[in-house]
Amino acid sequence: MIEIRNVSKWYGPTQVLKGCSTQVAKGEVVVVCGPSGSGKSTLIKCVNGLEPFTEGTITVDGISVGDPKTDLPKLRARVGMVFQHFELFPHMSVRQNLALAQVRVLGRKADEADARGMSLLDRVGLRAHADKFPGQLSGGQQQRVAIARALAMDPICLLFDEPTSALDPEMIGEVLDVMVELAQEGMTMMCVTHEMGFARKVARRVVFMDHGEIVEDAPAGAFFDAPASDRARTFLARILHH
Amino acid sequence: MNYHWNWGIFGEQVKGGDETYLDWLITGLGWTLAVSLTAWVLALSIGIAVGALRTTPSRLLVALGTAWVELFRNVPLLVQMFLWFFVVPEFLPRDWSLWVKQEMPAKEFVTAALCLGFFTSARVAEQLRAGITSLPRGQRDAALALGFSLPQAYRHVILPQALRIVIPPLTSEFMNVFKNSSVAFAIGVMELTFQARQMQEDSEQGIETYLAVTLLYFICAFTANRGMAWIEARTRVPGLIAKSG
Repeated sequence: MIEIRNVSKWYGPTQVLKGCSTQVAKGEVVVVCGPSGSGKSTLIKCVNGLEPFTEGTITVDGISVGDPKTDLPKLRARVGMVFQHFELFPHMSVRQNLALAQVRVLGRKADEADARGMSLLDRVGLRAHADKFPGQLSGGQQQRVAIARALAMDPICLLFDEPTSALDPEMIGEVLDVMVELAQEGMTMMCVTHEMGFARKVARRVVFMDHGEIVEDAPAGAFFDAPASDRARTFLARILHH
Repeated sequence: MNYHWNWGIFGEQVKGGDETYLDWLITGLGWTLAVSLTAWVLALSIGIAVGALRTTPSRLLVALGTAWVELFRNVPLLVQMFLWFFVVPEFLPRDWSLWVKQEMPAKEFVTAALCLGFFTSARVAEQLRAGITSLPRGQRDAALALGFSLPQAYRHVILPQALRIVIPPLTSEFMNVFKNSSVAFAIGVMELTFQARQMQEDSEQGIETYLAVTLLYFICAFTANRGMAWIEARTRVPGLIAKSG
């Protein structure tokens, strides 16, 4: 589904991605982790072309992201993304947030889009909040709405960019619950996250990044039980012992 | 002060005509409103477009937008009035030039409205750009990630938020348009300031004249202010902190 081959990226003279290669198969959940500044967010934003990359190729469902001839908006409409800071549109109600792209991008009728949005709100347990504005919801609620908004487009895969990093600890669980459910239903997911419990539970593979390179790309069990590199061991020790 | 007050002057007939001085001021107010409102519509539409261009990833569009802003904000408004009125028509193709000079209807009004509109658009553009750059970059990313084209992202996500943010500075700008429209008298638009000068010379009651005109400008600007405050209240988003009086 997602194929990343030898992707490198420079910001001026600084190289932020160094020959990264990995893939996510259909129905697979892959967790990307690593210390801050390791390039994991940059890498996941390359997958839907929000960040351009300098070298290498990325294909999603066989379509090349870096090819200037690719219709990026069309491809992005099929790839859902969930952001660290939710990025709901604050000037619209929850209901409008869910319907907007369905109507404007997919061309669905307003009532059809609304019905789809409401059923997804149901699913993330927020139907009662449909007519509130994002600023009136807690962080955890906003992130669940953001997931519903991504799902409303009927995506072929979902990208998560640190979806719980901006949340208070007591709200992380409600977001992870939704993500676990999606994973168990067979959604293809690439998740940048530090939630190792989530990774252990649903990830098929863990990709560990440091200084712009993929240091390890291993089955989740193997990664946690016997990380191959010192850097991964240090990283795990640091995040698991606090 | 040895001045002969005459507040009744507004009801008196002008010398050698059957209108009253009040009629003159009302005509003047009409032209002031016409120039100001036309200029404001132009300034808003061009200013929004140019301000948005300056925040796009395209270097060419940014350069075009910057050129527009710098062109109109680095030259005094009065000089711009003269430029549009006396200079620009000379540089048009010959047929157009003749048409503008001899046949264009309401030439002074059209020139003044365009000039003031362009001048103000540069200021609106700068304010809007500030509003857009104050939004978190993630908003644009989120819109693009949902499959919006860049113009759609501006239309549905970026501009509705940026415009709300810049309502307070835009309010000042709208009030400025009424005040700046007084410069149009210099190219012969018979607006409020023009009529006031004429009335002062004709009636020799300068103090009453300018006090009345002051009041009329104040009412225009203050009405603009209240109108914008109403819009600000109407478009306020529940749950956002930004509040003002």
